[in-house]
Amino acid sequence: MTVATQAAYVASSPIPAIPPPSAHAGVIGWLRANLFSSPFNVALTIVCALLILWIVPSLLRFLLIDAVWTGADRQACLATPEHPEVGACWAFVRDRINFFVYGFYPIDQRWRVDVFFAALAFGVGWLTWLDAPRRDICLIYFFAVLPIVSFLLLHGTPGGGLPLVETAKWGGVLVTVVVAAVGIVVSLPLGVLLALGRRSEMPAVRLFSVIFIEFVRGVPLITVLFMASVMLPLFLPDTWSPDKLLRALVGVALFSAAYMAEVVRAGLQAIPRGQHEAAMAVGLSYWKAMYLIILPQALKITIPNIVNSAVGLFKDTTLVFIVGIFDLLKTVEAARGDPQWATPVTSTTGYAFVAIFYFLSCYAMSRYARYVEARLAQGDRR
Amino acid sequence: MDAADSTKPKVSPLYDPKVRGIAYQVALCALIGVLVYGAISNAIENLTRAKIASGFGFWTTTAGFDINQTLIEYSNISTYGRAFWVGLLNTLLVAALGIVFATILGFAIGIARLSRNWLLARMAGVYVEVIRNIPLLLQLLFWYNAVLKALPEQLQESFIIPGGGFLNRRGLFLPQPVFGNGSGIAFVALILGIVAAIIFRIRIKRRHEQTGVRAPVFAIVLALVVVPPLVALALAGFPIDFIYPYPGRFNIQGGIEILPEFMALLFGLVIYTAAFIAEVVRAGLFAVSRGQTEAAYSLGLPTGPTLRLVVIPQAMRVIIPPLTSQYLNLTKNSSLAVAIGYPDLVQIFTGTVLNQTGQAVEVVTLTMAVYLTISLVTSLLMNLYDRRVALVER
Repeated sequence: MTVATQAAYVASSPIPAIPPPSAHAGVIGWLRANLFSSPFNVALTIVCALLILWIVPSLLRFLLIDAVWTGADRQACLATPEHPEVGACWAFVRDRINFFVYGFYPIDQRWRVDVFFAALAFGVGWLTWLDAPRRDICLIYFFAVLPIVSFLLLHGTPGGGLPLVETAKWGGVLVTVVVAAVGIVVSLPLGVLLALGRRSEMPAVRLFSVIFIEFVRGVPLITVLFMASVMLPLFLPDTWSPDKLLRALVGVALFSAAYMAEVVRAGLQAIPRGQHEAAMAVGLSYWKAMYLIILPQALKITIPNIVNSAVGLFKDTTLVFIVGIFDLLKTVEAARGDPQWATPVTSTTGYAFVAIFYFLSCYAMSRYARYVEARLAQGDRR
Repeated sequence: MDAADSTKPKVSPLYDPKVRGIAYQVALCALIGVLVYGAISNAIENLTRAKIASGFGFWTTTAGFDINQTLIEYSNISTYGRAFWVGLLNTLLVAALGIVFATILGFAIGIARLSRNWLLARMAGVYVEVIRNIPLLLQLLFWYNAVLKALPEQLQESFIIPGGGFLNRRGLFLPQPVFGNGSGIAFVALILGIVAAIIFRIRIKRRHEQTGVRAPVFAIVLALVVVPPLVALALAGFPIDFIYPYPGRFNIQGGIEILPEFMALLFGLVIYTAAFIAEVVRAGLFAVSRGQTEAAYSLGLPTGPTLRLVVIPQAMRVIIPPLTSQYLNLTKNSSLAVAIGYPDLVQIFTGTVLNQTGQAVEVVTLTMAVYLTISLVTSLLMNLYDRRVALVER
């Protein structure tokens, strides 16, 4: 029995791994795993690819390649023998862009709208940048200073200075943004109050909150807007008679407050009872406990949902169109009927423009909501 | 006990939470009372000044306008009350069809988003993101004004749909089935078949629970429902005729006419709501933990039965409540019909009737009451369902 004591070869380092078969790695492996793993999958992939080949090129051709970018009137966007396929008529949008943004706002006063947009963008930027300094001042700016200053700026100061521009002349993106901003600025505080009311221990407060929330959530926004525009004037002394835009704003604000209340209530329910009890144990009053302990935690975890409901509100602003207010969609709807630009592609171009505007805004908002959600989840994991 | 009572600090009633609570509530009730009283007295004053009689007296007055889609008999000499029912039925029709199609499309897209096929999952994702972020009203206007209004206007240029249909700017025209003598028997056979299928299912289920013996339920149920009416029809010599639409002098005549407004509304609602339903379905399937699938595989179940018997029943518990609220949203969103002129409840009632009668309070309140009733009844049923499927924890 001898054991070989002298090995002819001793490996001094591990043998390098054999590369995986080319069919299971790299691009081919990925394709096999994700697109062609079974006959059914192959069929699906082929159908999808055909669908993409059908949609994407025709979309690109309409929006970019065949599109008409310059022109003074409808002649530019009509099909001619040398240019048989006409895509989007962007010349129409370029011609009417000021109408789409400002509506009938007097031309020499439009800088006021620009200042408003800048002030709002500043506030939104400050509010959404989570690491920004002095976010407490930002809240005061956004929920108190900005609304008053914007109103004076856009509507005109009473004692001279800025001339009066009545709301009937507002329009386009301006109105869309005003409706959305007022909706958020009013509905958030009102929604918090309603949510607290719904969780209150006082039966009367709870009852009224529940009735309001369930009533508003049970009916379409359209009917709320109709109520605000045709019933509200009846319920007020005839000397008040609020103007059309204000009535719609009341409707939108009340409507979104009810939805906001449910979003906030979900956040409140996520806060453990121990937090209430601890706040009571150190002798905080109800409002102090809410302001210092409960709401900061509840609102923090609700930010993604608040943003998502803001997305819903932003899309819903288009409904003011139906009660005759010139928001962005209504200005496009009015402009596309203009004989100066009447072509077969004008409607589609106008709608594409509005769709791109809403898509970019809403998509940005929902990406932000997802970012905040991921950030909050990070905090929990630590 | 006495000692404890005497050590309890004496609080001024001003700081007693109970007294304060009552005071707050009384103040709130008083405030709301004053507001309601003010609103009502203003309304009475404004109405008397405008000489508008309040009340539902207009209900039995002749409406005097036409409606271009009526499910029940209606003409311009019918009453406003009749117009209300026409509108309500039109709303329910578009909502019911919308719910069916949106569910099918939404489930397909939701499942596609979770597909292992990368291309399919991505496409479903793009669909959801794009559709969800564009306002529904814009989509409706697009379908109506940019797609359906762009269809050929001339009768000769109408698209011909295989099977004898036409599509042009005035709508979609389809063959209309006419049931002749003897089709009543087929109908009776169908009902009997359905009843038999239900009884059969209950018995099979009971037997399965007691003995564990399974039967091919689906095939037998399908046979019970399909075969008897077909046999009855064959016996009666297939007494079903179709009235085919044909190009008349000014318009296509005969057959079923589907309004472009209806098509645009249905299209828009289905495509929009399906994106939301897809998200609901995806979240529901995600909510079933992976361990459930793995456990089913380790018991030797193939993919299909794993989905059908393990994953989907558990996912449905998560899916159904938000799915119902999507159905409600669809029903409420159908009120956007007013923008494209489909004669639904809102268009007929808060549109035409309100303009003709000026009875703002009654008309808007009644319309709201209808939607509110639908919502409340649905959420009541939902609560019952929730209680039934809630996890029983021991």
